[in-house]
Amino acid sequence: MTVYLLCFILFLVGLYGVLTKRDLIKIVLALTIMANAANLFLILFGYNANAGYPILSEGVVPGPMVDPLTQAMVLTAIVIELGATALLVAFVVRLFQKYKTFDITKIRRLSG
Amino acid sequence: MILPSFIIIPLLATFIITLIAGKKDGWAIVISLIAVSSLFILSLFAFFAMGSQTVTYSMGNWPVPYGIVLVMDAFTSFMLIMVSLISLTSLLFSIQYIRQLSMDWKYYALFMLLFSGMNGVIITGDLFNLFVFMEIALLAAFALVAYGSRAEEFEAAFKYAVMGSVSSSIILVGIAVTYGATSTLTLAKIAEILPQKDPVILLWIGGLFMAGFGLKAAAMPFHAWLPDAHSSAPAPISAMLSGVLIKALGVYALIRIFFNVLGAPLIFMQIFMVMGVVSIIIGVFLAIAQWDMKRLLAYHSISQIGYILLGMGLATPLGIIGAVYHLFNHALFKSLLFYNAGAVEMALGTRDLKRMGNLSKLLPVTSHTSMVASLSIAGIPPFNGFFSKLVIIIAAIQAGQPILAFLAVIGSILTLASFMKVQRYGFRGEREIEKVKTKIGWSMNLAMLSIAFLCLVTSIMIIPGIKEVTLDPVMAAIMNKAEYIQLVMGR
Repeated sequence: MTVYLLCFILFLVGLYGVLTKRDLIKIVLALTIMANAANLFLILFGYNANAGYPILSEGVVPGPMVDPLTQAMVLTAIVIELGATALLVAFVVRLFQKYKTFDITKIRRLSG
Repeated sequence: MILPSFIIIPLLATFIITLIAGKKDGWAIVISLIAVSSLFILSLFAFFAMGSQTVTYSMGNWPVPYGIVLVMDAFTSFMLIMVSLISLTSLLFSIQYIRQLSMDWKYYALFMLLFSGMNGVIITGDLFNLFVFMEIALLAAFALVAYGSRAEEFEAAFKYAVMGSVSSSIILVGIAVTYGATSTLTLAKIAEILPQKDPVILLWIGGLFMAGFGLKAAAMPFHAWLPDAHSSAPAPISAMLSGVLIKALGVYALIRIFFNVLGAPLIFMQIFMVMGVVSIIIGVFLAIAQWDMKRLLAYHSISQIGYILLGMGLATPLGIIGAVYHLFNHALFKSLLFYNAGAVEMALGTRDLKRMGNLSKLLPVTSHTSMVASLSIAGIPPFNGFFSKLVIIIAAIQAGQPILAFLAVIGSILTLASFMKVQRYGFRGEREIEKVKTKIGWSMNLAMLSIAFLCLVTSIMIIPGIKEVTLDPVMAAIMNKAEYIQLVMGR
């Protein structure tokens, strides 16, 4: 239970960073923390401390196994997040070229 | 076998467009038009030929609870018709509009990715698959919002990308909790197992999905990104985002998960009702103060999504019919209004209502179709917006919520007021304008005229006799959770 709670705290740390940080790069990093916390959640739900790896081979007695499906999902999610992060960083680069600053409070040409 | 083609054809078109890129940009237009129009015909055929049947397709022939399953029922094909119809007109509109922004083929490649992502979200019956297609559509949408490469567009795209990533992470946690509780990802199997589990899990799953997909649908507490992103994008993309993207990724996923999977839990339905009414009122108040035409339209999207959420939250058959009908109607008139704004922006070089004037002589098609769209969104008979709002309000009164019905009427009146402002200053103002910078070509006029025509025609969808073949199968597919499980699991 503690592990789940810690993982949720990590998720909230990411959310806190997205909402309060003013630096564009730090916002992108906070988003990565959030995404990684979500991935950890998936891994935790498939994990079992007393289980073996999910490969059947000769000489291994079939017993409880770790769920491999969550690990496959996390691989997919990591690739998606890589794409999203690359796009975000590209936006940050272009924003810096246009505004000459990383401060989100100074980037407000759009009226609220 | 037609189910995977809704994903394969647009992805193939993306591939071919990028392959032949650079040499002939005309081919990019031809290929994307062929792909979208063939899928439009296919989805029309699917909707009217299938009636209330359900077709499933197991990817790679894996049996249902283990592999990815594609599901097509009346609600799916209804949404597919909507997406491909708006995409088709949006492409027609783009032919002339995007040429002024350069880099033709990249636009069409991204457009087809957006289209395939939305089709995938709609047609899939698997929770994680839905997440993947949602990300495909979102990444294409981020890039398309920034397509004009001006400072404001990057600013809007960055905000949109941050909010989109936050909501995707929340949805991923929701998927993790769902998988942890049920050990399956197929929506029908989840629906079957979940009632036997602890009711607290239902609250966790519902709360996470409500926050995640609510952010995508831009309902009121989660709306902040929408006005920037939708008003900064190129006009045909604004029409796609406001018209179908927030519905396919937000409202469709909410309806599918909360009705077909979770079985319409009462507490969430009440939250949706309140969220809907708050969106209606605050969205329209924010809209009425705007002078930038596209920004005004973007705020109205929040308000109109509120009507859909209100009808959905009532969870009565009439409320669902109203929500689904308004979903379709809003896609039509909101995309038409964005085309009008794009045409005016191209002709005059401004989006500011104060700097527009008497356009009814210079741009006859634009100003007349904008009149049709304004009357539709404000709810004036005989246009379609009147009937869908009427159905939602009657459903609210029947469900014993007269206060919510009253607030919905107030929202409709304020909508009328703000569109009278658009007509008064934007299209029929006193300021005389001598000449336009660019002529509006036939393809843009064709896109606007066809949607304006449909705004009038779709109002017959509520007439008894036609309602039985159009809206009733959709409502039945949404309301009947047990049948959905049975049909997908193949028993």
